[in-house]
Amino acid sequence: MNWSELDTWIVITGVLICAACALPGAFLMLNRQSMLGDGISHAVLPGLAIAFLLTNSREVLPMVIGAVAAGVLTAVLTQMVQRLGQVESGAALGVVFCALFALGLILIRVASDKVDLDADCVLYGSIETAVVDVGRVPRVALISGGLLLVNILLTLLFYKELRIAAFDPALATTLGFNADAIRLGLTVVASVTTVLAFESVGSILVIAMLVVPAAAASLLTHRLHWLLLFALGFAALSAVLGHIGAVTLPQTIGRWFGQSDLGATSSAAMMAVAAGGLFLVAWLVAAIRGWTKSNPVKPIETTMSPASHR
Amino acid sequence: MNRARALSILGIVVVLLGGLSWLVRARDSHVGHSHGTSGKSITDTAIEWPSRDRIWRTIALTDYNTRVVFAGVTALGAASGLVGTFLLLRKRSLLSDTVSHCTLPGIGIAFLIGEAAHLSGRSLPLLLAGAAVTGVLGMLAVVTIRARSHVKDDAALAIVLSVFFGLGIALMVVVQQLPTGNAAGLSHFIYGKAAAMTSSDAKLILIASIGAALLCAALFKEFKLLCFDATFARTQGWPTVLLDLALMGLVVAVTVIGLQAVGLLLVVAMLIVPAAAARFWSHRLGVTVLLATVIGAVSGFVGVAASALFPKLPAGAVIVLAAVVCFAASLVFGAERGLCKRWLEQRRVQHRVARQHLLRAIYEWCETCSQPPGRDAVNLLDCPVSLDDLRRANDWSEKRLRQLLRIGFAERLIMLNDNRDAVHLTAEGKLEARRVTRNHRLWETYLLQYADVAPQHIHHNADEIEHVIEPNIVNKLEELLAGREGAALVPADPEKPRVVPLRGAGL
Repeated sequence: MNWSELDTWIVITGVLICAACALPGAFLMLNRQSMLGDGISHAVLPGLAIAFLLTNSREVLPMVIGAVAAGVLTAVLTQMVQRLGQVESGAALGVVFCALFALGLILIRVASDKVDLDADCVLYGSIETAVVDVGRVPRVALISGGLLLVNILLTLLFYKELRIAAFDPALATTLGFNADAIRLGLTVVASVTTVLAFESVGSILVIAMLVVPAAAASLLTHRLHWLLLFALGFAALSAVLGHIGAVTLPQTIGRWFGQSDLGATSSAAMMAVAAGGLFLVAWLVAAIRGWTKSNPVKPIETTMSPASHR
Repeated sequence: MNRARALSILGIVVVLLGGLSWLVRARDSHVGHSHGTSGKSITDTAIEWPSRDRIWRTIALTDYNTRVVFAGVTALGAASGLVGTFLLLRKRSLLSDTVSHCTLPGIGIAFLIGEAAHLSGRSLPLLLAGAAVTGVLGMLAVVTIRARSHVKDDAALAIVLSVFFGLGIALMVVVQQLPTGNAAGLSHFIYGKAAAMTSSDAKLILIASIGAALLCAALFKEFKLLCFDATFARTQGWPTVLLDLALMGLVVAVTVIGLQAVGLLLVVAMLIVPAAAARFWSHRLGVTVLLATVIGAVSGFVGVAASALFPKLPAGAVIVLAAVVCFAASLVFGAERGLCKRWLEQRRVQHRVARQHLLRAIYEWCETCSQPPGRDAVNLLDCPVSLDDLRRANDWSEKRLRQLLRIGFAERLIMLNDNRDAVHLTAEGKLEARRVTRNHRLWETYLLQYADVAPQHIHHNADEIEHVIEPNIVNKLEELLAGREGAALVPADPEKPRVVPLRGAGL
């Protein structure tokens, strides 16, 4: 395996971006909004397409604004459909993101006359091409570093608010915090993170990083600060392991076919797979320690236990 | 009854699908327009607005290719609407999203196996089998994570989705580097290519849809029980785990056959949106299932027609948008749970409550004016009530008073006096006011005597209940409180302490 400077940058960018996603992802998971990442990643398509149609260019700023607007719109529309139509939350999210995604596909088809744009380049941006840069430090690495920094700052600043809104929204409201506003803020941060991240690394890594490290961490601890730290650690580790996997997997497969010159596969996708592997490891550890619920259906007590006589 | 409904649904679905399969088979009659089954798009030329002739040919299904695509996509819409309804009621809609993403690694692996075994890696049954295997694996992974760890439902869905899809993407990149050059068409599974559907694809979809419909009809009662009360089903000894697996198996089947047509990103929409739309129209499962099937089929039809007429439009996206339009229309106009219906209902209740409040307020004001209270109840209600007094006595705002009066005038229950500062009850108004006040007081008296509610609480309580009190309850109350002085007319306000003889009776 030849390790070049490019590989180093891929790993650094991956670690930064994975960690940046894991922080809002942990709170999304606690709020039971894990599928929102998936929803947003589909739903930003019309935002991007409209930004393209309006500006006729692929500049970053209008694209990010359009995508963030679409992301927030997803969350708001889902709430509306859920409350007004009394539709179950999962189905509401499904309807909204499917609608926006379909609209986006059509708009992109219409826009493709004017600008070079297809759904692939939006959904599967690749970290490998992004780190190739003229300057010394790739732009992507700077963006993801900044994103991570901002997310850490926001988490530290609003730690108390986020925690109370996640664990007991009713208490938060009675104590004078607006739980809905906090959640909306979280959604906005998650959208911005999602959009900035998958402009460079593709949506699949973002969806994975929003939930998998946090879920793995939640198997090992019940304390929020430990959960966040574990999640950051898992995210960083899966970035490293994922890139190694991306380099080695094609060689393994190539050996079956007698091909030794296969290039590396998508690092972003393999980082998601690595995160899944880490989740399995965490689950195993938790199972060995007896921290999982081993028997999901509680047996009906046939005899009075001594404790109940007290 | 259930069986009959299931059978009728089954009949309609089978008739629908039978008709569609006829469309596929009746090929020879229109050889002239046939483009064969080469997998080319229906229309390759880009025309901004189709000619009348083209519209006619599309609508009349003259082209063989158009007919194949119509048959396939319509059947797919019907099957996914059918299965999606049960999925929605089981509150597992997003599971379809996860399952559809989970099919991608299966396609990659199946392709690799096919290439390694020197079969054609692109053989469709092999790819679809691979897709089905990883789809089922992903589904089982979700179920296992949910059952055996503290991770919540939605997180389990997102984890499995992203990890499997990541693996799928990674495999796709590898596969596309293989020198066999066979991998070109694999990306169609992500976005679908409805227009390139061949008659064998359409037949596969038709057979699978008929199978799904048959299974749904056979297990209609069981699925109904599972969807509405899984715990009850379990206590009754039904194999809920098996039933759940059967349902999920159907979801995997629909997803896999939908991959080719609309792609894995949009087949989700076909499973969720028609079902969610149909839910607004009925509380009956049979009707909902039928409607979802129809909405799915119609959206499929519209999508294919649009993309046949306007080649620029991607068929999958138009199908989904058509379904979403149905959803939006149902959300607003749905006959059972739609916004309009619920808004009207709410307004009607508010209206009735407001009218009753107004009448009782006037009655009570008349009562306090005339001395001694409770006597001469027939002439009591003739006295005019000044608007100002009425407002102040009840703590109403000006706006609220105007609102209430408008309702009273509209229903001819009250009349303005000549100098327009007071109202009095009309003949109808008097009757109605007596009835309303009587209900209120009967309930108050009942609470006071038999429910041991403290006197200071009864007014509020009665205020809530009086609007929904039904005539047979009123009769019972009358029986119960019979023998009380004035019970035949309007009982006096029990909030003012009065000595009433207690009788030991229960409702």
